[in-house]
Amino acid sequence: MSEEQKDKETKLERTNNVSEPQSEESVKPDTEVPTDTAAEAETGSSPTANAPASTGADKPMRAPLTEEEKAARVQAAAEARAARAKAAAEGGEGSAEAPADKPARTRDKAEGDAAGEEKPERPARAPRAKANEEPPKPKEPSPKQPLLDRLVAMLKADVAEDAVEDAVINYENDHLPTVTIKNEHWLSCAHQLRGHLEWSCEYLRNLSGVDQETHLEVVYHMINLSTKAEVAVHVKVDREAPTVASVTPIWPTADWNEREAYDLLGIQFTGHPDLRRIMMPDDWVGHPLRKDYESLDSEV
Amino acid sequence: MIRTEELLLNVGPQHPSTHGVFRIVVKLDGEVITEATPVMGYLHRGTEKLAESLSYTQIIPYTDRMDYVSAMTNNYVLVHAVEKMMSIEIPERAEFLRLIVMELQRVASHLVWWGTYLLDIGAMSPFLYAFRDREIIIDLFNELCGARLTYNYMRVGGVKWDAPPGWIDKVREFLPYMRKRLNEYDKLVSGNEIFLARIKGVGAYDAETAIAYGLSGANLRCTGVNWDLRKDEPYSLYDRFEFDVPLGVNGDCYDRYLIRMEELRQSLRILEQALEQFPSEGETMGKVPRVIRPPAGEMYARIESPRGEIGCYIISKGKAEPYRLKFRRPSFVNLQILPKLLVGETMTNLITILGGVDIVVGEVDC
Amino acid sequence: MELSLESITPEERQELDRNVFFGTLEQLKAWARSNSLWPLTFGLACCAIEMMGTGASHYDLDRFGVIFRTSPRQSDCMIVAGTVTKKMGPLLRRLYDQMPEPKWVIAMGSCATAGGPYVKSYAVIKGVDQIVPVDIYIPGCPPNPAALIYGINKLQEKIRYEAKTGKRVTNS
Repeated sequence: MSEEQKDKETKLERTNNVSEPQSEESVKPDTEVPTDTAAEAETGSSPTANAPASTGADKPMRAPLTEEEKAARVQAAAEARAARAKAAAEGGEGSAEAPADKPARTRDKAEGDAAGEEKPERPARAPRAKANEEPPKPKEPSPKQPLLDRLVAMLKADVAEDAVEDAVINYENDHLPTVTIKNEHWLSCAHQLRGHLEWSCEYLRNLSGVDQETHLEVVYHMINLSTKAEVAVHVKVDREAPTVASVTPIWPTADWNEREAYDLLGIQFTGHPDLRRIMMPDDWVGHPLRKDYESLDSEV
Repeated sequence: MIRTEELLLNVGPQHPSTHGVFRIVVKLDGEVITEATPVMGYLHRGTEKLAESLSYTQIIPYTDRMDYVSAMTNNYVLVHAVEKMMSIEIPERAEFLRLIVMELQRVASHLVWWGTYLLDIGAMSPFLYAFRDREIIIDLFNELCGARLTYNYMRVGGVKWDAPPGWIDKVREFLPYMRKRLNEYDKLVSGNEIFLARIKGVGAYDAETAIAYGLSGANLRCTGVNWDLRKDEPYSLYDRFEFDVPLGVNGDCYDRYLIRMEELRQSLRILEQALEQFPSEGETMGKVPRVIRPPAGEMYARIESPRGEIGCYIISKGKAEPYRLKFRRPSFVNLQILPKLLVGETMTNLITILGGVDIVVGEVDC
Repeated sequence: MELSLESITPEERQELDRNVFFGTLEQLKAWARSNSLWPLTFGLACCAIEMMGTGASHYDLDRFGVIFRTSPRQSDCMIVAGTVTKKMGPLLRRLYDQMPEPKWVIAMGSCATAGGPYVKSYAVIKGVDQIVPVDIYIPGCPPNPAALIYGINKLQEKIRYEAKTGKRVTNS
């Protein structure tokens, strides 16, 4: 019960400034709101114990902070900065900064906290560097977080420093570690994921192409059947000249999936043994799944 | 002078045994296949593109029509994905109804597979037996949700219709009847010498090939790999029930046949336990907002359909329609091994192997 | 030999009424054709499963004389059951052309009738009557086997009507 309540409270304290690929429940059913505030007021153990009044129109669930809370947060922010500096010194810099930050922070806090004892710790955890910005949702550290960190570290060490663009945990999806890898390093990363002793994800479950309007993307889901370690990988592809290395030599199951992505989205897979249309007729013009696809014969 | 040349033969798309509109272009040297190229897309209906302009509840009927032989599992994968994204809790009775319906669907789907497989191999009568029993299951579904084939039964948060009074008893009566029938079918087919001669040793592959090609379902388990999503990544209420996962040894068509027949029996076992624990009252829908808007993010949910691992990958941008909806269809992925398996086989074994992979072309093409 | 209508006794008359039919040769041919319609197996999608179910033991089609033939050269009716995609369209036309006359087409299900639920799709032909002339449309998604049997009965009636009256049911 406390866990669930804590969950509800974390949702309440989420800010809208933080945009992360984790699920952001920016739209919530209206019925939950009054019960949460009632629960909050009851227990009194929440940090926002003074009043469940709204501070701003856009953040109906936040409550004004007390002085000691503010001090606690400033201190926490300083701690976070120190931890980040330490992480930056050891692990690598650059593209994985912002999210790698968060893992470093939450890792620190996790070491300090007792597991599951969240409510008293919440003021200490408020984690942003900029003290004037509102704290984002304090998520409990994911059990798969160390896995993700090891993966990122391994890819950075073995492939290239900037291979990994982004690494997050997808909480709703059973804490799936999700990494975004740069296009030019994808093939070597794939070899690592397949061959490295710790990972050896031999089962590629899903390969899908996505049309994000600014660019195209290929998403891979893979799993190691014996250790059940799963990873999801996003590889961003340019829209005008979409090419990605094909992973068919590594996972033969990618063969037809890549053909489907080529057929429906136009992504060229270099190194694919036989890249041709699979779903549409061979003389079809255009790539239907693209957002700007216009059908030539829509009246048939 | 006698001269041989290679023959290019087109099997399908209109063919009694290709399980739908599916075409294989084979190069034959006499009776032996030297190369086989599957061609698909004759049933590509653009579900994924259509889904980008429909709300999630409106997509549920389209999922029915993807793998039309086992429509309930398709419904479930979409609904499960959305519920996970929104962290919706399902009431107990609804979850039980879903599980019962999915296992009944598994029985029905395996019956269709059995009937059509044996029809392809040349036995005409098992088809009639299989469809007679399937009619009973379909009548149960008809009573429950009004449709025979495309049920549109599950909704985000629960199920649409509650079980009418007496329905559970009918399902209970069906189970021993089906068990008896399965014994009859075994006597009819499984010991038949002609059948065994046609199936044993045909289309064998090993575990590494199976995993490399991403096979799932009975195609993976026939090589001995113990991977069943109901046990390894439990969803719904499967972790409450005891059942075995049959595994094969040789990886040939005969193993796949035996595994599917055994899966039928295990489904009946799960159904028995589920009916015992069925809650006598409860809600059929959880608390769900009127407009289903999953928060921005992505989700890959997967379940074990009778054909293998069916997955639903949703990217949502917080709107009522998905931004990208992709279905990982087991028949599509399982079929990739076909060109590799067919090289060196005779023409007659082509149909045997194709039937053993158990594809549904609506799913191959989506 | 003379035959005068007055010399037929009432009993003979009754017996004649029971046992002797009068009709044209066209009607005879139509009676034969309608009662042994051999469709081409053209199951494309979900309606194919219902068609199989109709031909199976519970709703038997063999009692109507309907035997599914696999070759177009040996069939006289084509039941288009399922969605026709643009890739499949030319093949459907080719198979229709390979069937010998007289031939009929039944469009089973809403996808074959008018595109069905996939009417907004980029890859679906919205109605098979854009390719082949259709005689009977059976709505439903998928139609109940009883509906398919009703449709086949309607086709049988149509064949007999057209032969009897010489008029075509539709103008096409």
